Amino acid sequence: MMRTTPFHPRLAEFSQSQMWGNWSGYLSAVRYDLSSKYEYFGVRNAAGFFDTSPLHKYWIRGRDAELLCSFVFARDVRTLKPGRAQYTIWCDDAGFVMEDGVLFRFSADEFMLTAAEPNFGFLKKLSSRYDVEIVDATEDYASLALQGPRSRDILEVLTPDISGLRYFGFTETKIANTPVIISRTGFSGDLGYEVMMPAADALRVLDEILEAGHPHGIRPYGDEALGMTRIEAGLPLIGVEFNSSRYAWTAEDRFTPDELGLGWLLKGIEDDSRPFIGRDAILRERTDGSSRWRTVGITVAWSDFYELFDSRGHLAVPDEIPVAWESMLYGANDERIGYATSFMYSPVLQRHIGIARVKPMYAEPGTDIYLEQTVNHEYINVRATVTTLPFYNPERKTA
Amino acid sequence: MSDTFSYDAIVIGGGHNGLTNAAYLAKAGKKVLVLEQRHLVGGAAITEELRPGFQFTTFSYALSLLRPEIIQELDLVRYGFMPLLMRSHFAPMENGDYFLLGPDTGLNRQEIARHSKADVDGMERFEHDTARVRQFLRPLFDSIPPNLFSDDPADAEKMAWLLKHLGTGDKKVIHDTVRLLTGSIADFCDDYLESDIIKATICSAACVGIKLGPMSPGSGMNWLYLSMGEHDGLGGAWSFHKGGNGGFTQVLARAATAYGAEIRLNSHVDHLITDKGEVKGVALQDGTEFRAPIVVSSLDPRRTFLEIADPRELPADLVETIQRFRFQGVSSKVNFALDGLPEYPALSGRTDQYLGFINMAPTVEYMERAYDAAKYGWYSERPYMDACIQSLMDPDMAPPGKHVMSCYVMYTPYELKDSTWQAERENMADRVQATIQSFFPNFNDLVLQREIVTPDIIEAKTGLSEGNIYAGEFFPHQMYFFRPAPGYSDYRTPIRGYYQCGSGTHPGGCVIGAPGRLASFEVLRDGR
Repeated sequence: MMRTTPFHPRLAEFSQSQMWGNWSGYLSAVRYDLSSKYEYFGVRNAAGFFDTSPLHKYWIRGRDAELLCSFVFARDVRTLKPGRAQYTIWCDDAGFVMEDGVLFRFSADEFMLTAAEPNFGFLKKLSSRYDVEIVDATEDYASLALQGPRSRDILEVLTPDISGLRYFGFTETKIANTPVIISRTGFSGDLGYEVMMPAADALRVLDEILEAGHPHGIRPYGDEALGMTRIEAGLPLIGVEFNSSRYAWTAEDRFTPDELGLGWLLKGIEDDSRPFIGRDAILRERTDGSSRWRTVGITVAWSDFYELFDSRGHLAVPDEIPVAWESMLYGANDERIGYATSFMYSPVLQRHIGIARVKPMYAEPGTDIYLEQTVNHEYINVRATVTTLPFYNPERKTA
Repeated sequence: MSDTFSYDAIVIGGGHNGLTNAAYLAKAGKKVLVLEQRHLVGGAAITEELRPGFQFTTFSYALSLLRPEIIQELDLVRYGFMPLLMRSHFAPMENGDYFLLGPDTGLNRQEIARHSKADVDGMERFEHDTARVRQFLRPLFDSIPPNLFSDDPADAEKMAWLLKHLGTGDKKVIHDTVRLLTGSIADFCDDYLESDIIKATICSAACVGIKLGPMSPGSGMNWLYLSMGEHDGLGGAWSFHKGGNGGFTQVLARAATAYGAEIRLNSHVDHLITDKGEVKGVALQDGTEFRAPIVVSSLDPRRTFLEIADPRELPADLVETIQRFRFQGVSSKVNFALDGLPEYPALSGRTDQYLGFINMAPTVEYMERAYDAAKYGWYSERPYMDACIQSLMDPDMAPPGKHVMSCYVMYTPYELKDSTWQAERENMADRVQATIQSFFPNFNDLVLQREIVTPDIIEAKTGLSEGNIYAGEFFPHQMYFFRPAPGYSDYRTPIRGYYQCGSGTHPGGCVIGAPGRLASFEVLRDGR
């Protein structure tokens, strides 16, 4: 029997489609509406909430907490102030990315890591020589992401404490008399927050949020709409853009931070005072210029996509649901140059977009490349253009 | 004493076609001036805050036919383009039942089966056949019609292309095309469907803006025209724009301005300035003059040829054709500010049926009878209405918990027999409200304010002659080669440097932008 999250009784009422997926053994909505596009518009125009309860949550506490974090995580945690969170990754000794997550700093010696995949054993093993305690709090908390331009208006009704919250800041406050942790984080590339609360009080908090959100058009969104917004935001997803290098069978399935477009997390790694896992290999990669890939955005001009189908007697019907497979990329001379890991039609940009891995020489924005599509049961290439990420980045996200 | 200013091109009218045209010309490097008579741009596509926090789409209220080429070529996304695809189509019935289509085709089959099992696959055949007609006609829709009466080799080439295209059409597709272009939508529906509410739902889309009933030949063509739209590749789909249709024209204005066009408000153009058959500029009503070798009128054919231009400078046969060009507007709006959402008893507690058009046209006969009144110069006892509650999809349209409802009302003729709209306006709106109330029993209690827009007001505020929302009736003899007049479907006029780009030109009305875009190509091709 699949498990359900603490929000499930309410979510089940919302679900018109009754389409549930499986996230770590929990039912997780594919979509609630009959079409995920309306959930997507909910996030972009009003506010949507996504049940993130199955996220793994680990307390990292103790005198050596900062020391451990600065050793495990590739992004420097020493500059992270209490009340702030950071997106981070951890690598293996060869400098390949294992996983990613968000690290919250509650005090000098107290952190919480949230991650999509289980890491308790990994953290515990690494912590054995440190004065720290790792606690798996996954089931203690329910969590939801409230994303979209109206998210602040909704939460402000419930707790004025979030008014001044900056991007990636968080605060401990109360909703419905229940202690909650609200962070200005999310996976949508829009203004948004994430709310963590004791699992036992989850429905009470959700109901307060729903009541405050109703006049603002709040609605739940599922995995498909989440995928759409995160591709527009240019955010990589584990299981799609990459998998943990720990479980890879071949070198082709391992990627370095620079190859994944995450090199920006590694500010200051030249500084010898922080020997985190994978650092030497990453420095070597940079010195040797041995990165095999660059992560870029690709766009397909509307007219090219239309022509691709129209000229073959077909209707061009773009699909906003991200395709579940990789699409091959070619250069002007039909040479293989990489592949799109994510691809979709973006309603907000009115064109097809994708996140792709290309050989470094093809990574320059503006480069013409060719994307393989299937039309009339044939592989046909359509012209695409290399762009920077993110595709969609409204000012309100960080303002 | 008048001021004189110089430009490369002047566009008369800041409606969506004028702005589109100006944006294309400016993008091509022209120094462009847009002259708009009102205090805001948008023409018939405006959003006005008539009550604090309540945004009314005074005239046009939805998007469908806007050409995707324009979104891309003008990079409108960068300037805030944000369509919100409608989710549902709701038709209340007089017996309390309803017909509700949503985004899931499987569930739609179930809903159709509730009314007729035979119509489940009947509807699918209808959709497929009409989609093929649309695909066949699209190249004609998005290109400049050849001038049948010219000896220019370019026109001969276009004519040859047209004949070739027609020649490649599938036999059935061509026959279906002709059936739609010449017949009534009611007859066409009868060939596929048997349920009256389902037929009425389709027919209702044919009975917008034209003085024809669903049983009139010609209504098929209007249906086809209005289904030529798309959103994100979904043929015939409709959407709202963020901030209403005025939100869309603000996007266009931002784009046009970014490309370098200048927009001058409160500038009512009085007449063209010409010299020896060539345009030299325009003069405003206040006497201000602007000079340019190119003047593009986005106004309707009557204003373009008979008011802004001096008809004495035009060929008599053109003047005669334009004089008999039919407008005969029949459209009104009653827009409501609402204290909450209407309740439909059979769907008590639900509101998802309001995420799109709410079509008050329960039978084909209901619509035809609503039309009957207009034939004799009066408005319907029970009007056919197409309503939508935009604030449900776009929270920026009304204060939290409140709503705006746009209600488009058909068959309100411009000319009333033995009366005036001044005298009848409130009566008409009362009938509208009473009809809505008959479907939604709590409606009267919700109304905070209503705005009534009749054809005379459309004419006075937007300049659309007789309040015709398409800037000229959709008749076969007023379309394609003949829009607005034989020999003048290529956006040129007999006055050198004077062009047309309004909805009275090919392909026609709606928030479509095609006339503005295609006209800009001809202007630029002439290289003045």
